Amino acid sequence: MNSARVKTFYYLMKLGREFELAAKEQYMQGNIAGFLHLDIGQEACSVGTMQAFDKGDVFTHYREHVLAIARGMDPKLIMAELFGKVTGVSKGKGGSMHLFEPKLDFYGGDAIVAAHLPIATGCAYARKIEGEMAGVFAIFGDGATNAGAFFESLNIAAAWKLPIIFFCENNYYAIGTRIGWVSPFEELYHKARHYMPSTRINGMDVCEVYEAVMKAKEHIEEGLGPYFIEAETYRYEGHSMSDNGKYRSEEEMEIFKSRDPIENLKKEALKLGIVEPEYFEETNKKVAKEIQEAIEFAANSPEPDLSELYEDVYCKECTNVIP
Amino acid sequence: MLYREALNRAIDESMAADKSVVILGEDVGRYGGSYRVSEGLFAKYGPKRVIDTPIAELSIVGNAIGMAIAGLRPIAEIMTVNFSLLAMDQIVNHAAKFRYMSGGKMTIPLTIRMPGGVSRQLAAQHSESYETIYSAVPGLIVLAASNATYAYHALKAAIFLNDPVIFLEHELLYPMEMDFKEIENFDPFKAQVIKEGENLTILTYLKMRYDVLQAVPQIEKELGISVEVIDLNSLRPLDMKTISDSIKKTKRVVLVEEDHKTGGYGAEVIARISEQLFYELDAPPLRIAGEDVPIPYNRKLELASIPTPDKIVTQIVQWSQANGL
Ligand SMILES: Cc1ncc(C[n+]2csc(CCOP(=O)(O)OP(=O)(O)O)c2C)c(N)n1
Ligand SMILES: [Mg+2]
Repeated sequence: MNSARVKTFYYLMKLGREFELAAKEQYMQGNIAGFLHLDIGQEACSVGTMQAFDKGDVFTHYREHVLAIARGMDPKLIMAELFGKVTGVSKGKGGSMHLFEPKLDFYGGDAIVAAHLPIATGCAYARKIEGEMAGVFAIFGDGATNAGAFFESLNIAAAWKLPIIFFCENNYYAIGTRIGWVSPFEELYHKARHYMPSTRINGMDVCEVYEAVMKAKEHIEEGLGPYFIEAETYRYEGHSMSDNGKYRSEEEMEIFKSRDPIENLKKEALKLGIVEPEYFEETNKKVAKEIQEAIEFAANSPEPDLSELYEDVYCKECTNVIP
Repeated sequence: MLYREALNRAIDESMAADKSVVILGEDVGRYGGSYRVSEGLFAKYGPKRVIDTPIAELSIVGNAIGMAIAGLRPIAEIMTVNFSLLAMDQIVNHAAKFRYMSGGKMTIPLTIRMPGGVSRQLAAQHSESYETIYSAVPGLIVLAASNATYAYHALKAAIFLNDPVIFLEHELLYPMEMDFKEIENFDPFKAQVIKEGENLTILTYLKMRYDVLQAVPQIEKELGISVEVIDLNSLRPLDMKTISDSIKKTKRVVLVEEDHKTGGYGAEVIARISEQLFYELDAPPLRIAGEDVPIPYNRKLELASIPTPDKIVTQIVQWSQANGL
């Protein structure tokens, strides 16, 4: 454990957690609407992966606020997007599920389960022929591993030895469906084993996530083809704000909460004496301030103008020829 | 009765009446359905007949076709129409064509239920209406349930029809409390005159029915006319008789739909009216439809992208004035 890295992990996970708590509150106050999928409990996956995979292209599903923050997206721009404001990262047109920022090589925010996997795979193909071996990172849930698009992507990535990391956040549920009801096994790394190196890790431990992605990164950069990581994790909230998550037992919830990625990182760091206790206090304050600023920024930003309705359907050149 | 309760009752009674009726889809079993349509059915009929599937729309429909071939009467639930695109090949190339390609030897008694439309700020990938796509496929029946009475009777009828039915629901209707009436010898293919009038026919379906009904008093007041409103109910086949009887009386027609205007289902209806009833019309027909844009997340833009009662009033008044009515 390296002190500077642990500090960064803590800061980003805390920022992510507080962002999500704030988003939840703003949703309940009516400032955010639509589907809001919170990442609370899963921060180690979002932060550990993005800290390790610091170059290359990222493709994600709709539970992506913390991943975006960890990638370097300004929480202000994300909060403004959730508020549907024109200052939001997608101009208020995408909302919570559709954060895109090509400048960060961050390509959604896709809300069709598993649909981003063939896209990520195609991107990896292009990177390979360009000689860009930083490759591609694709993150998805347990539910996505039952889709045809998932298996097609594993096959193609392996057949063509593409530089892509498949990262599965196994939180055991796809909305209210337990993975074991619709998959022959719950340890999902088995699904990729015949195609590529495939491993299962503790997704509640940010250091373990980081190490696993570093290893996967070396593998793809060396041109050895794709790599699969299954991270066991848990969402503390319902699937989205419109689901109470009550199909899960209290016991199960307690087991995972006792493995909380943020609390445990702090405990471990203090025990090892590699981070001074004041750091956590200071960081919490800094995070609270940043979140407050994000909310104020979002609240004070203007709505998109009605003229925005027909903007961005086509590129400028095409807009001129299409009535 | 809540709209979703009417659907639940139709499925429940069909399953009780015939052991070959099964339901499959994402979260339909233990969870009770993401819109609670299948609530209680898992406990009552068990996992063999109330089937929780993985997120695999192609297989949901493909498996349902196989079950139908084997003698079951499956009800496949696709969580929303948006995801039905993943099942498009099974629906269009297989369910819709097996009877014809086999020279009439194959029968696919399959009902595919799916809600669609613009709900509330669900953004572009969760707000589509694809009735125009399914209505363009020979071999499919397409029903659009706007209300509890129709939903109940038409779904029961669909389950026992011997051809594939696309059964369209709307996400905003599920929690709505609605009048409910049991009807004998119900015809699911008949359009319904939901308000009688003399001077203008408004055709609509699904959730737009309610926006139209809200707009009508204002239209009647501003224009000093009486308006007839027809809920199409069945999109394929289309009940041209009811439409034509009304237009012959009113001489004017407006179609209101939520889907994008270009290539929307309304385009087909208006084309048929133009072909068959051109000389009955005193004014060019009007389509009031969604804008030709992906649905935006921001609420103001979202509302700007679809018809609302206010917009229906304004556009009809403008159209009347432009046509000297
Ligand atoms: C193709 C498709 N089918 C269904 C849905 C509806 N849906 C949205 S999220 C979801 C569950 C996904 O679960 P999982 O992949 O485990 O990810 P998690 O939400 O747990 O992070 C479902 C069924 C969808 N968005 N896309
Ligand atoms: Mg999951």
